[in-house]
Amino acid sequence: MAEATIRFRVNGRDVAVTAPPFRRLLDVLREDLGLTGSKEGCGEGECGSCSVVINGELVNSCIVPVIQSEGAEITTVEALAETPIGAAVQKAFMEHGGAQCGICTPGMIVAAAWVAEHRAYGSDLRDMLAGNLCRCTGYDLIIASVDAAIASLDIGKSRE
Amino acid sequence: MLSSQIYRLPPQRVLLRGPLRFPDIPWYNRCPMNDGELTPPIPRLDGHDKVTGRAQYVDDIQMPGMLHGATIRSTIARGRITGITFDPALDWSGFTIVTAADIPGKNEVLLLTKDQPFLADGYVRHHSEPILLLAHEDREMLRRAAMAITISYAEEPPCLDVRQALRPEFRQHGDDNTFHAIDIIKGDVDAGFESADLILDETYETGAQEQAYIEPQGMIARPAPDGGGVEIFGSLQCPYYVVKAVTHLLGIPAGELRVVQTTTGGGFGGKEEYPSIVAGHAALLALKSRRPVKLVYDRHEDILATTKRHPSITRVKAGVTLDGKLTALEIDLLLDGGAYVTLTPVVLSRASLHASGPYAVPDITIRARARLTNTPPHGAFRGFGAPQSIFALERHMDRLAVRLGLSPLEFRRRNYLKVGATMATGQIVRDDIDMHTLATTVYDRLGGAEREAELAAANALSPSKRSALGFAAFYHGAGFTGSGEERLASQVAARLTDEGAVEILSSNTEIGQGTITIFSIIAAKALGLDPSEIRVAPPDTARVPDSGPTVASRTAMVVGYLVQQAALDLAAKLAGKLSDELRTVSAESLRGEAFRRAAGQAVEHGWKVLGRSRYEKPAFVQWDETTYRGDAYATYAWAVYGCEVEVDTRTFEVNVTRFVANQDVGGVLHATLAVGQIQGGVVQGLGWALCEQVIYKDGAVRNTALSTYVIPTFVDVPPIEVLFAETPYEFGPMGAKGIGELPMDGPAPAVLNAIAKALGVEPEQVPCRPEYLMMLADAAAPVGGTRG
Repeated sequence: MAEATIRFRVNGRDVAVTAPPFRRLLDVLREDLGLTGSKEGCGEGECGSCSVVINGELVNSCIVPVIQSEGAEITTVEALAETPIGAAVQKAFMEHGGAQCGICTPGMIVAAAWVAEHRAYGSDLRDMLAGNLCRCTGYDLIIASVDAAIASLDIGKSRE
Repeated sequence: MLSSQIYRLPPQRVLLRGPLRFPDIPWYNRCPMNDGELTPPIPRLDGHDKVTGRAQYVDDIQMPGMLHGATIRSTIARGRITGITFDPALDWSGFTIVTAADIPGKNEVLLLTKDQPFLADGYVRHHSEPILLLAHEDREMLRRAAMAITISYAEEPPCLDVRQALRPEFRQHGDDNTFHAIDIIKGDVDAGFESADLILDETYETGAQEQAYIEPQGMIARPAPDGGGVEIFGSLQCPYYVVKAVTHLLGIPAGELRVVQTTTGGGFGGKEEYPSIVAGHAALLALKSRRPVKLVYDRHEDILATTKRHPSITRVKAGVTLDGKLTALEIDLLLDGGAYVTLTPVVLSRASLHASGPYAVPDITIRARARLTNTPPHGAFRGFGAPQSIFALERHMDRLAVRLGLSPLEFRRRNYLKVGATMATGQIVRDDIDMHTLATTVYDRLGGAEREAELAAANALSPSKRSALGFAAFYHGAGFTGSGEERLASQVAARLTDEGAVEILSSNTEIGQGTITIFSIIAAKALGLDPSEIRVAPPDTARVPDSGPTVASRTAMVVGYLVQQAALDLAAKLAGKLSDELRTVSAESLRGEAFRRAAGQAVEHGWKVLGRSRYEKPAFVQWDETTYRGDAYATYAWAVYGCEVEVDTRTFEVNVTRFVANQDVGGVLHATLAVGQIQGGVVQGLGWALCEQVIYKDGAVRNTALSTYVIPTFVDVPPIEVLFAETPYEFGPMGAKGIGELPMDGPAPAVLNAIAKALGVEPEQVPCRPEYLMMLADAAAPVGGTRG
């Protein structure tokens, strides 16, 4: 299969990847770039375990062909600890039972950090996180974690 | 001594809506063995690696020279394999190919029986049965190879309905395809029916359920670096099950197989027995190729091939007097085992031992059977048979209550087991339990009679919405059934590391439920240390003793108690060393700072100090496996769950708007983890009740994706309110009992009881899908239908 060289930024680092253009971004991140924090749960964009942020949008990297990443700015779970929101969400998940087996957690945390940043006043966290599946928690303690993170950042207050 | 106190909720104590935050988590009263005080739960100890993405799951691991594995599976449900051809157009030189002929030991998945092969050898009993294994450096080549292999069959008629399993043309196991049979008899059920004023006889069915752990099955096997034996790394619940099965497969002694658990992305029973098969396959490929081989399923293959919850058919015949006392229960339980035995006999056992519920009934007969069908084998799944039989009985209880003109909770109140009462097996209830207080608390939390009146008024006004409350009462036996724990004879060790820290050695796995945190809390408490000073060794069979499988709600209660004992033994051994050197030191005095100082001395002197513990049956437990009489479980968790549902009478969509889970699980070891166990189990139970449906066609699972096999999302479930009573169990660490499986039992009957009340129909099956409810409602409605 013909390969292409695709250039983009991951977690602030410029990378060039030579791969079949339709190779899944998830596989490129995990196998070519060694960023195994993003997980494959379903391979069809249903479970959100592979969630990453591309150019400010929350996406499932298992259904993104790598060619679409040309020139893009990508953030994965590995870089979240360096942002105030990401760090607050990670801490809250540890303290409030947001993570159990942990396989959905990286994607959930990428989504939660994105939601904490982008949510509008009155928006429902459950609706905004509904693209991510968790089989362990029953979801309440994830909501409690995200709530706690938002409260700790005072994001809630400033928007309300 | 068992506590004679019942812990009751102060009426004004809690209000719980929206997110749970410590200290909002409601308690009846803290268990006295937990100091009777509220301490904030510590953050989970494996949390940091999980939230940062650093935790290494099996698919995250790369090894030099590693190949990828693939499994070629049958495409029919039953028949003889007549030929296997490899398309010569493909270059096969880079492939490792394994068939049944390559197996060095026995082609048997050694578990309870030996009926299941690792690789089909000339005959297949179910769709997706493994026949061939391939390994290659390039996964794309494996996909091509799978299409270049043609397997031909002489098909035979598959049994696809467990009710037909006795027919001679389907005979494949024993005389009549029966995997296991259990009869439990208490008193004389015919006499019990004689004294009844009313007899109700109905049948209930439940479907298969996929565990749907978010991390699919996966293993890496490699020839041991030192030349002899095999090493296995993977996603699993029970490392020593893998040792047992794979050494039998390879014909090697246990010492030549090392099994290491990698961070495991959920199990729910699905990673109890099935990982032995994946591990065996990976090991066969690794031995033949002499390279590390990674065998990781994708979601499609995982749903297609791995075990699911046993479908069930349960007939319940109950006799009651007009004043609402149960006189007789006759229960016929039939489980669909699938194509091989796997753990079916034990699932059947747990199903039958939960079939008569938390009720005192003078005369009981339970006849339980599990039979073969030609579907992929059914196996362990949280609850392990109990949800099936509890569902049937609890639906039946509500129907009896309606006939008697009693409320569901009042009818139950007249029949609950109490301390000293006799259960179906003759076991005398030892737990001083008050089911009715559990129930009324749930009722009050849901708004009680006032809320029921509001709903009735709203139902009368609404053209298309019907709402109601529903309840279920149940127990769940903790630990292995009967003499199972005695047979396991689990062992735990606690050692001082070279740095003077305490390390716990056990084979019990962290699968999300919090084993690492719980064991740390228990050992820390025993030694007066902080949980952060305890290390829990990764389950690696080269290092840890066999403390039994991580199943059956046994890890915190049974193994946690052994952790406590091993920690205390470590303190005693350390005290012994100090006594030799210095003076007489009592083990009891070696706590906290004194322990730290003593550990420091041990490090200085280079002492190796090891504490040990081994399971001993509590003296009161007496069980006869042959007659099924005696103490089926050493103790039970008790619960009443309730919910409010809203049903749309145009679409028959069911919306669970409130859910309250109230249980007595003994001492709660960690508030957040315990709440997380209950909420997660309840949501799995809601999925089983309403949306999770495995669809088969010709014996093959057809909905093999998470978009077609639908598990609950954030927006499908309400916040789950969790309440705990804490009646301590004397042989549990800090009074704890099992907790993991209990929450799977209650949601389905509670929700279907609410639906029955809301619509005035009697749903008898789960999953209770809108099309089924529409059919019931149409059948019940006057001519013209319900939908105007």
